[in-house]
Amino acid sequence: MLVPILAPLALAAVAFAVPSNRRRPLALLAGAALHAAGVGALLATRPPARAGAWLVFDAMAAVTLLTSTSLFLAAAIYAQGYLARRQDRDNRVFVAGLLALLAAMTTVALSHHLGLAWVAMEAATLATAPLIYFNQNARSLEAAWKYLLIGSLGIALALLGTFFLALSGAGPGGPRSLLVEDLVAAGPALSLPWVRAAFVLLLVGYGTKMGLAPLHSWKPDAYGEAPGLLGALLAGGLTNSAFVCVARVFQVTRAAGEEAFAREALVGLGLLSMALAAVFVLGQRDFKRMLAYSSVEHMGILALGIGLGGGAAAGAFFHSMTNGLTKGVVFLAAGNIHRAYGSKVTDDVRGAARRLPVSGPLLLAGFLAVTGSPPFAPFFSEFAILNGAFAAGHHAIGALFLAFLAVIFVGMGATVLAVVQGDPRGAPTGPDPAERWLTAAPPLALMVLVLVLGLFLPRGLRELFGEAAALVGGSWGTP
Amino acid sequence: MALPADLVFILVVVLDFFLLASSRLGAAIRAVAIQGALLAALPLLLAGEGHDLGHTILLAVGALALKSLLIPWMMFRAIREASIRREMEPIVGFVASMVLGGIGVALAFAFASRLPLPGGDAHPFLVPTSLSTVWTGLLLVVTRKKAVNQVLGFLVLENGVFVFGLLLSGFMPVMVEAGVLLDLFAAVFVMGIVMFHINREFSSLDTARLSALKD
Repeated sequence: MLVPILAPLALAAVAFAVPSNRRRPLALLAGAALHAAGVGALLATRPPARAGAWLVFDAMAAVTLLTSTSLFLAAAIYAQGYLARRQDRDNRVFVAGLLALLAAMTTVALSHHLGLAWVAMEAATLATAPLIYFNQNARSLEAAWKYLLIGSLGIALALLGTFFLALSGAGPGGPRSLLVEDLVAAGPALSLPWVRAAFVLLLVGYGTKMGLAPLHSWKPDAYGEAPGLLGALLAGGLTNSAFVCVARVFQVTRAAGEEAFAREALVGLGLLSMALAAVFVLGQRDFKRMLAYSSVEHMGILALGIGLGGGAAAGAFFHSMTNGLTKGVVFLAAGNIHRAYGSKVTDDVRGAARRLPVSGPLLLAGFLAVTGSPPFAPFFSEFAILNGAFAAGHHAIGALFLAFLAVIFVGMGATVLAVVQGDPRGAPTGPDPAERWLTAAPPLALMVLVLVLGLFLPRGLRELFGEAAALVGGSWGTP
Repeated sequence: MALPADLVFILVVVLDFFLLASSRLGAAIRAVAIQGALLAALPLLLAGEGHDLGHTILLAVGALALKSLLIPWMMFRAIREASIRREMEPIVGFVASMVLGGIGVALAFAFASRLPLPGGDAHPFLVPTSLSTVWTGLLLVVTRKKAVNQVLGFLVLENGVFVFGLLLSGFMPVMVEAGVLLDLFAAVFVMGIVMFHINREFSSLDTARLSALKD
């Protein structure tokens, strides 16, 4: 259980001590391999939870960790190529920070103790801020400042919500505990008004970390200015860990008997996020910011799926994996294009398919996948959520969902086509004008994974999504 | 209940109002330091049966050292290095933010009186003081432009959360208590470093200049 947390932490310390800027990124590879091995061992053995354990490898954790370990492996290989070309910058803090981020988001996903989850989330926030500032210019500074300020507000509100939840169980016969199992078992014995207030604060707090509207404002800045590989890890890893926190809090709220209220809040925030993403994606000229709004949209879809319940909840866990992997593809490909042109606005960038014969088409394929086109995996996960909405009789929500998806498809399509098509002659040249395998192969591998998961979803994975959904009262079968 | 505790709670709320009205950064930092010192006394004043003496003293000493000494000292250094003294033009005026703060305090008392405390034996001012202070902190972060003021707002917010945490100190694990102080320290520490860089990049600590990124 502890290998995927302690191994990256130890390697972060090693990376901090290694003097050579050139060798240091190898620690990322070691961390990724150990993390993947640890998660693989956990998945193979599925250790049963001991009573009172703080770290539990349940289905939710399995889905999230499978996604983040695949992403980190891809990002670690990508980093070898990327950091080799960035020898102008000291990467000590960057490499150590990435490993610390991996340890923190793994802890969040595994933690059944809401206090521990909160501490790990705070650690993840602190570890990320210097990573956003990697380029050390005024724009990345602004992004890091906003990320830190908005993130710390969210974290503070989440702590207050955690206290509220602890207090709700402090009455006579209450669990006096922050373990999810104890709180769920206590159920109606919890003080309802405090649970309700706690849910609101925790949804706002962890929603900030997910990047749900209206608390998403750090996201376009941070994803726009940070290196592509950090964007991939945040959009596909950390936000999914925050989603797990929201799902666990929902688990408790549901057991306490405030299910209807919590579902309404989740559906409302989900639709709001999708609507807001649709507005800002239209006419977006900066393709990295466009990807950030796509992330806001997909966090909205996850919240919506949990809020709708039934098959949509299983679809939401499926979608957390498919969206995470696809975000890896698009952010890494967009990072390559950014480096090849030295610009990330459509005024300068055109003809990426010709200049970068792998990354250009990958951005296009990733765009098709992320907007839910068949035969890629996100199509099937979004379809499951839509199916769940209609099966449960929420026709208006289903229709809105489809409308937002259509608008976002059109908006993103215009930007992506402007980047990929055309003649690159005369466009500005960046520091990395040619395609290189170390940075092109990782997103390509993730893209193949996204395609394969769409064509053939292993039975074991499907059951895992159903199991995760069962924790929040959903399942594949019944509406 | 105990008179000193009443007084401390009232002073904490008064300091909230002072912070909302204050335009001088030095005075505001001093007010936050005094608020921190008052909060450090609370665990001792409120300790009853079931409170472990060691934890109580640890919490009090930790709060005193961090909230009223170390962090204010760091903030003073920050404003001295950047040579700034007052908030010239907040987004919401001082009077308006006082009024908003007053509304928040009234709502906090109304909210607290309607919610029964499951524990049942807490000081009657504790929850409203905590919620008013959280609200003041949020107001300060949202309505002020100077980076130092925003960090002060965050500290006030954390102070409010700390007051609420005292409700749980009887039965919560140590880790959560330690988490509050440690992370507060860490957050401000990193913010301080970032501010140092802002200072170098812009030769000012005005976050209104941080506006290149928008749609």
